[in-house]
Amino acid sequence: MAESTTKDVLLDPVVKNNPIALQILGICSALAVTTKLETAIAMSVAVTLVTGLSSASISLIRSYIPNSIRIIVQMTIIAMLVILVDQFLKAYFFAISKQMSVFVGLIITNCIVMGRAEAYAMKNSPSMSFFDGVGNGLGYSAILILVATCRELLGKGELLGYAILGPEGIVAHGYVSNGLMLLPPSAFFLIGLIIWAIRSFDKTQVNAS
Amino acid sequence: MQSESPKQTMIVAACLCLVCSVLVSTAAVVLRPAQQIQKTLDIQRNILKVSGRYDESRSIASQFKRIEPVLIELAGKRPRISNPSEEGIDLNTYDPRKAAKKTYDSVAVNPPGGLPQISRREIYTIAYEIRKDDGNLDQVILPVYGKGLWSTLYGFIAVDADGQTIRGVTFYEHGETPGLGGEVDNVAWKALWPGKSAFMTADIEDASLDHLPTPTIQVAKGHVTPETAQAEHKVDGLSGATITSNGVTALVKYWLGPDGFGSYLHQLRSERAATAPTSSAAEGETNG
Repeated sequence: MAESTTKDVLLDPVVKNNPIALQILGICSALAVTTKLETAIAMSVAVTLVTGLSSASISLIRSYIPNSIRIIVQMTIIAMLVILVDQFLKAYFFAISKQMSVFVGLIITNCIVMGRAEAYAMKNSPSMSFFDGVGNGLGYSAILILVATCRELLGKGELLGYAILGPEGIVAHGYVSNGLMLLPPSAFFLIGLIIWAIRSFDKTQVNAS
Repeated sequence: MQSESPKQTMIVAACLCLVCSVLVSTAAVVLRPAQQIQKTLDIQRNILKVSGRYDESRSIASQFKRIEPVLIELAGKRPRISNPSEEGIDLNTYDPRKAAKKTYDSVAVNPPGGLPQISRREIYTIAYEIRKDDGNLDQVILPVYGKGLWSTLYGFIAVDADGQTIRGVTFYEHGETPGLGGEVDNVAWKALWPGKSAFMTADIEDASLDHLPTPTIQVAKGHVTPETAQAEHKVDGLSGATITSNGVTALVKYWLGPDGFGSYLHQLRSERAATAPTSSAAEGETNG
């Protein structure tokens, strides 16, 4: 880890060490906000911002954080950032913030954010921590967007709210929408399939967890 | 990690709290005007949507020009207040939700429990009248609210100018469980409402200001098919959300009933009856 470069830190979590696929963290929100691509993208941006900024700011003050209250300090910083994001969404992206409802606030409890703060930011420099946070956010985003694309396309025959292949959507070409895709269990199935696919290609991940 | 004395710990904690609270409160204050604008726009968008006239390609403000807010005295004998300033109310600034919280601007819900878990409601509220191109009333949009499982649902019901037919239902604010009670936002479920009848036709024929009809519309358990008894008064229940469904039934019944907009709807029906013969005669002339 000591030798890792910015690029490694940024890109490793996307496939090699994906927080959802390998570490199985942050599943809860991955189920909730992936029925639509639009909310998934908004959630991805929000989580990436929060993990990046929280890791950077925690790393910045890491030598001043007393060991006995470090978890509370991390939570306070994360919570503050999440509230800022929430307020900002309410002011400028009202429709999206309404759809994401409680899940914006629940970023606070997303284990990825806290996990990166505790595992990486407490030991590394602010800039590296920032990239590590952003990288993990991107890893989370990759899975989220993949799952949301499948769910919206197969569940509704739309992407980003627009019908695919003509105004009637793929429904006109004989596709019957699969309602299961819009229900939470389908996200589990999809994440399971993604994990299976990743581990088939990269055998080292099989025993890693 | 070296700084472990209790004094140091307290100082760090205090500084952190100070910095975080300053940032959070600054954001809240700076962003509040923008959030307020978004909230108003969202309410106007919902009014347009429930009326079935929402056009995404045009600005909400220009579409909203056709919609006329009117002050309504709930359960009043003369519900439509033609001159709000006499009541000391300015339509532009009056907030029914605030009024419901003030003792002197609100009254007890009658009968008690008519609006479950809400004991007082405002005296005056704002409804929205939409007219057709020929100037006749097309529909009215009524603000409604009531408890679901976790939260108070705030929404609108659109009622046709006949004072009986539902034109649409929407909720713009609630905190019900996403996927269960939150399905009140489901477009497919909302599409079940238009065309439903709020009252028995016989009740409406007997109605007078002192004897207002009781709404018969309800969210029923299970799936409502055309064969279901009184299908025109029933809407499919939300599966897994019985309490939210019951809450919606209770609030719709209350707000369309005698203690809510009952007298206003009665006034609409009487006005329509008064103008109907002349308009049909006019039609006859043009056709002849």
